[in-house]
Amino acid sequence: MARRWGSIPPMPVEIDIAKVAALARIALSDEELAAYGAQLGVILEHAERVQALPTDDVEPTSHPLPLVNAFRPDEVRPSLDRDDVLAQAPDAVDGYFRVPQILDGP
Amino acid sequence: MTDLADLSIADAGRGLRAGEFTAQDLLEATWRRAAVTEAHLHAYLVLDRDGARRAAVRADEELAAGTDRGPLHGIPLALKDNLSTRGIETTCASQILAGYTPPYDATAVGRLRDAGAVIVGKTNLDEFAMGSSTENSAYGPTRNPWDTDRVPGGSSGGSAAVVAAGSAFAALGSDTGGSIRQPAALTGLVGVKPTYGLVSRYGLVAFASSLDQIGPLARSVPDAVDVLTAIAGWDRHDATSYPGDVPDMGRSLDAGVQGVRIGVVSELMGEGIAPEVLSATVATVERLAAAGAEIVDVSMPSTEYALSAYYLIAPAECSSNLARFDGVRYGLRVDGGTVEEMMARTRAEGFGPEVIRRILLGTYALSAGYYDAFYGQAQKVRTLVRRDFAAAYEQVDVLVSPTSPTTAFRIGERSDDPIAMYYSDVCTIPSNLAGDPAISVPVALDGAGLPIGFQVMAPQLGEEMMFRVAAEVERSAGFSFRAPLATSEVTEP
Repeated sequence: MARRWGSIPPMPVEIDIAKVAALARIALSDEELAAYGAQLGVILEHAERVQALPTDDVEPTSHPLPLVNAFRPDEVRPSLDRDDVLAQAPDAVDGYFRVPQILDGP
Repeated sequence: MTDLADLSIADAGRGLRAGEFTAQDLLEATWRRAAVTEAHLHAYLVLDRDGARRAAVRADEELAAGTDRGPLHGIPLALKDNLSTRGIETTCASQILAGYTPPYDATAVGRLRDAGAVIVGKTNLDEFAMGSSTENSAYGPTRNPWDTDRVPGGSSGGSAAVVAAGSAFAALGSDTGGSIRQPAALTGLVGVKPTYGLVSRYGLVAFASSLDQIGPLARSVPDAVDVLTAIAGWDRHDATSYPGDVPDMGRSLDAGVQGVRIGVVSELMGEGIAPEVLSATVATVERLAAAGAEIVDVSMPSTEYALSAYYLIAPAECSSNLARFDGVRYGLRVDGGTVEEMMARTRAEGFGPEVIRRILLGTYALSAGYYDAFYGQAQKVRTLVRRDFAAAYEQVDVLVSPTSPTTAFRIGERSDDPIAMYYSDVCTIPSNLAGDPAISVPVALDGAGLPIGFQVMAPQLGEEMMFRVAAEVERSAGFSFRAPLATSEVTEP
């Protein structure tokens, strides 16, 4: 099957995949990093084609609707039940989510 | 006698109101069908038997007491498992949400319940809706009821398979780049991606927020109109939902296409489209012309770049949205010495390969030094796509193309080649980037007996015209929706 995504030839892409995985908070082995790095390189070769388009006079579109702000009345309304929500947590105590210690002890 | 599981929503509604059968009979017929087909398909992740029975009993009681909630009253429907359901496990086909039971219903789900629908269960999908084959499910792939060696498309492949097989009358899916329309095309169904904002996204587990829309998969255009009408409309819980009145979308189903201007997108009618798909598309356009439509060839040069732009924008938004799966508030946690270690191990363990691939891609496209070159440039291409659509809609009322470049492919055929898989969405992605509505309607079978879908695209809030043309496509094609597996007769798997 043809896979023509654009008329501009692909360019190789160099990626610091370990840095990207660290930013994304995903613990990957060296083998996994190498495999994902190679795949991303191929995908980005195709993605790079968008860079060749002349877009100096083009505004970016972040969203399909011309909505700016959606205001609502500032009124108290019922929210989800705290116990229902905490029941889904891997670890909860005294009405809080519990996580490994993030600050040094006293 | 026709099996109740194969009725249209309208015929099921007539029979219910005439007292020929009950909502409980419809549910029993649905369960009988699922008992036969699920062994072949693996399309449901959860069957909510208790909840469905309660809803069916209530639907019967209400009708007997004179309370009629409209076209979906008593109708068994299925939900893609990225739609939050209060008290019913919602996993997005991911290990990271195994066991998660939402404390609330998605707005679209609540509206179906209010419309009297009977929720049968939750359907399989590509993990977090990322994929085009339903092979990327942590719980195993779903198969196509037309040929169980083949994929049902994706990511709403479970919803497509159950509706095509008759184990639900219709289903909800979600469409970020074609995830309703492409599986509808591959399973001989009607699939609708509404105008962005027409249906509230509250309770839809987010993939790419500026692209995601919930919509129906159904066995006919009128069935799809009934389901979409029930779920559409402004919602205080979704600031991006459309605040105006919902148009009467089914008003013109019988109006025909006399004088309607239909544009054929040249860029989607050539290279990369399978010959049989192309010829079925051309034949459909010829039937529309014979019915009185004015046919115009339209060029949309940006479609060539839309796919590349999409595969930067969607992963960028996904990498941001999926940051919430960190082992703290719900789902899986894998312990680690520090918070960061716990999060990184949880995410490595909980996410499958395609989700990790897209998070990494999006993280890269958003990272310092690359943002303007990738994400910023992709957003500008998105503007070019919108401009092309705007220019086209000055000449025509709707645009048409194939829905999918090919019919259903074999399981495993594209799973090691992300680029080939991504190409499945080449015809559907432009409408997501523009925020426009689009529908797939089945028009023919290819030489292997597999369904071919035809896409009708319309400008924002152009659903009435979109459905009008789709109804003519459906009438003139005379397509039979019955997949070979759509039978309640037990056969050896």
